[in-house]
Amino acid sequence: MMQQQEAGGFNFENSRRNAVLESSLAENGFKYLNPRKTGTTIAGLIYKDGVILGADTRTTDDMMVADKNCEKIHCISPTIYGCGAGVAADALLCSQMIAASAQLHSLNTGRRPPVAMMTRQLKQTLFRYQGQVSCSLIVGGVDDSGPQLYSVYPHGSSYRLPYVTMGSGAAAAAAVLEDRFKPYMELQDALQVLQDAVLAGILCDLVSGGSVDVCVITETGADLRRGVERAAVRGNRTGDYRYKRGTTVVLTKSTTNLRHDLVHESVQTTDQD
Amino acid sequence: MKEYHYTGPVEHRFSPYAFNGGTVLAVAGEDFAIVASDTRLSEGYSIHCRDSPKCYRLTDTTVIGCSGFHGDCLTLTKIIDARLKMYKHSNNKMMTSGAIAAMLSTILYGRRFFPYYVYNIIGGLDEEGKGAVYSFDPVGSYQRDTYKAGGSASAMLQPLLDNQIGFKNMEGVQHVPLTKEKAVQLVKDVFISAAERDVYTGDALRICLITKEGVDEQTIPLRKD
Repeated sequence: MMQQQEAGGFNFENSRRNAVLESSLAENGFKYLNPRKTGTTIAGLIYKDGVILGADTRTTDDMMVADKNCEKIHCISPTIYGCGAGVAADALLCSQMIAASAQLHSLNTGRRPPVAMMTRQLKQTLFRYQGQVSCSLIVGGVDDSGPQLYSVYPHGSSYRLPYVTMGSGAAAAAAVLEDRFKPYMELQDALQVLQDAVLAGILCDLVSGGSVDVCVITETGADLRRGVERAAVRGNRTGDYRYKRGTTVVLTKSTTNLRHDLVHESVQTTDQD
Repeated sequence: MKEYHYTGPVEHRFSPYAFNGGTVLAVAGEDFAIVASDTRLSEGYSIHCRDSPKCYRLTDTTVIGCSGFHGDCLTLTKIIDARLKMYKHSNNKMMTSGAIAAMLSTILYGRRFFPYYVYNIIGGLDEEGKGAVYSFDPVGSYQRDTYKAGGSASAMLQPLLDNQIGFKNMEGVQHVPLTKEKAVQLVKDVFISAAERDVYTGDALRICLITKEGVDEQTIPLRKD
């Protein structure tokens, strides 16, 4: 039997195979499975007392809205939150992975986890997958060194900045932040600027939409507020689209009775401590 | 079994088409017709214009809705307008809806091998004053319908129209003839729903109601996100 030379590094055979499958499926007229993307606008900024993160709430399946009100701001630890853009599953599971690691760290050390540590774990995971795990994240939180905000890109680079935007609506949100961001803003002003930034993304980007979620993180903890601003509400439908019973034809009906015979019964009481 | 191999760099040619989104809808009643479209013009992930309706008035009794590639929509409507003028001057009468539909079919097939990337739906009144809807594919195949949806959200609208106007998949429901008011209300409702789920549909809805009195236009706001 031929001995295969052990090659180092990551095995990319599956990505090549996927590319070939995609083209051969297209030849036969089938569409390749597209993972749901969050096609997002996410933004964050540092203000006087901490960090504020903001996100829109639309998930798309190609160019159709899959979820009108999803949560893109994920809890990593009580004082660190992350927003995810890109492939929805990647963003969510990456956040959950480092959240688990944050909790273990807290239990082992008795301290709250540093934001830089969570960011480093994220970038090391993303770099290991060479961009195949296709999510961009904004990680913001408060730790013993003060408020911090990082943006992490799918290939594993990260940047520590006073304000960041990511996702397909990043350009629109960045336009607002570049115009109106000031260091050490008060909470109300900072909230207004961030909401307006995410709103710009929602209105100008086709795949961002829904409402604006914000998360305010300070020394004492985090306050996740869902739906602080609704860019657009559904119009009022005036017609009545209810159907009377019997509108859908019943072709056949068959009933199977499930017989239950009581075989054995036992009762156990639990002690209440 | 196919060999797995890396295909190398891929060459991208210039594409003469772009997709600018938009949805159009036409409904024919006993003595009226409705042509409705959203007014959003998009490209890629951005919005070019929030106020670009896709219904074009051709005559007092015919309106056409065109969605797809906006460049081809503009050129096609220009050509149709010119042909209408030529017909009026040579035949001393306006083209009827059926005649416009037949003519459009030949115009579209004339570009069979470099098609106009446009989904057309004509709505109007026929010679007897009854509502008529003609729906086309990009290369000129057409048929007369009672109702038709075209464009990006057509797959979402058409089944609902089949049910509410065509009474399909329903038993024991009275087939009441469609009134003007009910038709306009239905069109508004379906576009509100389409704007919820289709990213290319939104901003505003333009409804053209064609009766023997003429063409009456109204605009209703839709979601802007």
